Amino acid sequence: MDWSPLWISLGTSATATLITLVAGLASAAWRERRTGPAMALVDGVFLLPLVLPPTVVGFLLLLLFGRHGPLGKLLLEFGVTVVFSWPATVIAAAVVAFPLMYLTARAALEQVEPHLLQTARTLGASEWRVFTEVALPLAWPGVLAGTILSFARALGEFGATLMLAGNIPGKTETIPIAIYFAVEANEIQRAMLWCAVDVAISLALLSGLYYWTHTQGPGRARNLAR
Amino acid sequence: MRETWRDDMTLEVQIEKKLLDFTLDVSFQASSAPVGILGPSGAGKTMLLRCIAGLERPDRGRIALNRRVLFGSEEHIRIPTRERHVGMLFQNYALFPHRTVAENIAFGLRHLPSGDRAARIAALVARTHLGGLEQRYPRELSGGEQQRAALARALATEPEALLLDEPLSALDTHLRSQVEAQLQETFAAYRRPALLVTHNIEEAYRLGEELLVLSRGRVAAFGAKHEIFRHPPSREVGQLTGCKNFSRACVSGTGMIEALDWKCRLRVAQSVPEAPEYVGIRAHHIDFVESSGGSEQGENVFPCWLVRTSETPFRITMYLRLHHPPNDSTEYDLQAEVYKEKWQRFREQPFPWHVRLSPDSLFVMAK
Repeated sequence: MDWSPLWISLGTSATATLITLVAGLASAAWRERRTGPAMALVDGVFLLPLVLPPTVVGFLLLLLFGRHGPLGKLLLEFGVTVVFSWPATVIAAAVVAFPLMYLTARAALEQVEPHLLQTARTLGASEWRVFTEVALPLAWPGVLAGTILSFARALGEFGATLMLAGNIPGKTETIPIAIYFAVEANEIQRAMLWCAVDVAISLALLSGLYYWTHTQGPGRARNLAR
Repeated sequence: MRETWRDDMTLEVQIEKKLLDFTLDVSFQASSAPVGILGPSGAGKTMLLRCIAGLERPDRGRIALNRRVLFGSEEHIRIPTRERHVGMLFQNYALFPHRTVAENIAFGLRHLPSGDRAARIAALVARTHLGGLEQRYPRELSGGEQQRAALARALATEPEALLLDEPLSALDTHLRSQVEAQLQETFAAYRRPALLVTHNIEEAYRLGEELLVLSRGRVAAFGAKHEIFRHPPSREVGQLTGCKNFSRACVSGTGMIEALDWKCRLRVAQSVPEAPEYVGIRAHHIDFVESSGGSEQGENVFPCWLVRTSETPFRITMYLRLHHPPNDSTEYDLQAEVYKEKWQRFREQPFPWHVRLSPDSLFVMAK
C-alpha cells in the first residue's frame, strides 16, 4: 500500500493553510481600513475562487503559471517550473481556500470594538502593535475557525489541483486525485479506503471545530490569548 | 518659573467639520483648568474630542497642543493619533479584555525599562485605588473599578492633554460620586489641559472650572463656569445650564426692564444691555414673601397662583401663574423650586401667594 497521497495531502493542506492564513489576515486587515466603490471589486476578486468552478480556477492558474504565462515566464528566468510540481498543489489549494480565510478573518476583525483599537493608538501604539496586540488576540477565535475551514477546504481540493499539478504519483497525487484515478482504474477497494481516510480527517476537523466554538469557545480562547 | 511652565500648557482648537445635519465650527483655548463641555446629545461634543485625538479629521482649521501643531489644514499637517500624546477616555472605558489591569496600564509604557515601568504602574494603581486588583481581568471588575483602571491607563503615558467622553454616564448614582471625587483629585494633580464631555449640568459644573457650551456644532458660551451660570449670554445657554424661566423683555427706564411675557416691570442688578431679548431667573432663585400684613408690596414682588406641582425626593417644583388665577393646568408663567420643608410651611396659605424676583437673581440676555 502506497501511503504517499496521505502525506502529500497533509503537507499540501498544511502549507496552503499557512499561506492562506498570512495572506487572508493581511488582506482582511488591509481591506478593513478602506471604503469606497472600488473595494466592492476587490471583494469580488478575493471571493471569486469560492464561486468559480475549481476547473476554471485551475485553468486560469495554468494560464498564469504556464510556460507562456506572465508569472510562468518570470519564474522560468530563475529556472523554476511550477506546473506539474508539488508547489502547484499548494498554489491550487491556497487559492481555493483563500476566500474562506478572508471572509472569516474579516468578520472576526470587524467584531473587535473600534474603541479598543483607537485607545491603543492614543497610547502611542503603532499600527502593527494595534493589530498584533489588540485586534488579533481578540479576533483569534474567528481566525482559528477560518484556519480550520481553510485546511478542510485545501484537503478536499481536486479540480484546480488536477489542472495545475496533474496526477504524478508520489509527487502531486493527493487523496482526492488518488480516489478519482482509483475509480477510473476500477480499483474500488483503494478508492473506498481513501474515501474513508478523507471522511475521517474532515469529520475530525469539523466536529473538533464545532465542539470548540460551542462549548469552550471564545472564553477559553481569551484565556489562551493571555 | 513654575507658573510660566504651567501657562505654556495650552490646547488651541479652531476647527470646522461638516457633519450630517450641521457643521461643527468650534474655536477655543484651554489651559491647565479643566473644561467641562456641555451640550445636548448630538451637539458635536464627542466629535470635537475625536478631532483633537486625531481619530477624525476636521475639514479645516488648526489644533495645537503646547505650541505643537497636531493638525493644520493650511500647513498640511496631520499628526497621527499615536504621536499626539493626547489621552482619551471612552464612555465604555475600552479596557483591553485580554489583558489584566496591570497589563492594561502597561500598554503605553513599553518604551520604559521594566523597573521604571513597574514603579509607574504601582504609583498609578495606588493613585487610582486599584491596589490588589492588578492581576484581575476587566470583566472581573466593577464599573467604578473599570473606570479607574481606564483612567490609570490613560494617565500612564503622561499625556499632554486628557480627553474624557462622558466618563460617568455608565455608572449608577452612588458610584458616580466616588468616581467624580477621583476625577477631581486627578484634575487637581494633572494641571494640563483636560476636556470633559458631559450632558449632565451638575457634573459639568462640579468637574469643570471652565465651561464650553456646544449647541449644534457651535460654541454657545465659553468661560468661567460661575460667570456662565450667573449670566448666561443667551436663552439657549440659559436653558442648557438648567434655567427654566424666560420672558421676552425690553428696556423700561434706568435699571428697569419690562418683562413682556410675565407682564411686569422688573428692577435688575446687572447693567442692562441696549437691546435685551430675554430676562430669566432660575427656579430655585424665586423667593416667596411670607404674608405678614402688607409686606407683599415691594419691588419685584408679584401675586401668583399655584397651577400644579411636581415632586422629586427632596424638592417641589411649583408651576405658578402671575397676576391672575389660572384657567387651566397648562397655563403658567414661572417654575419655582423649593425644599419640601419650606413647601410644607406655606402650602396651607391662601392665594394669592407672593413671589419676589430678586434683582440679583435676574439675568438679562441680549440678542
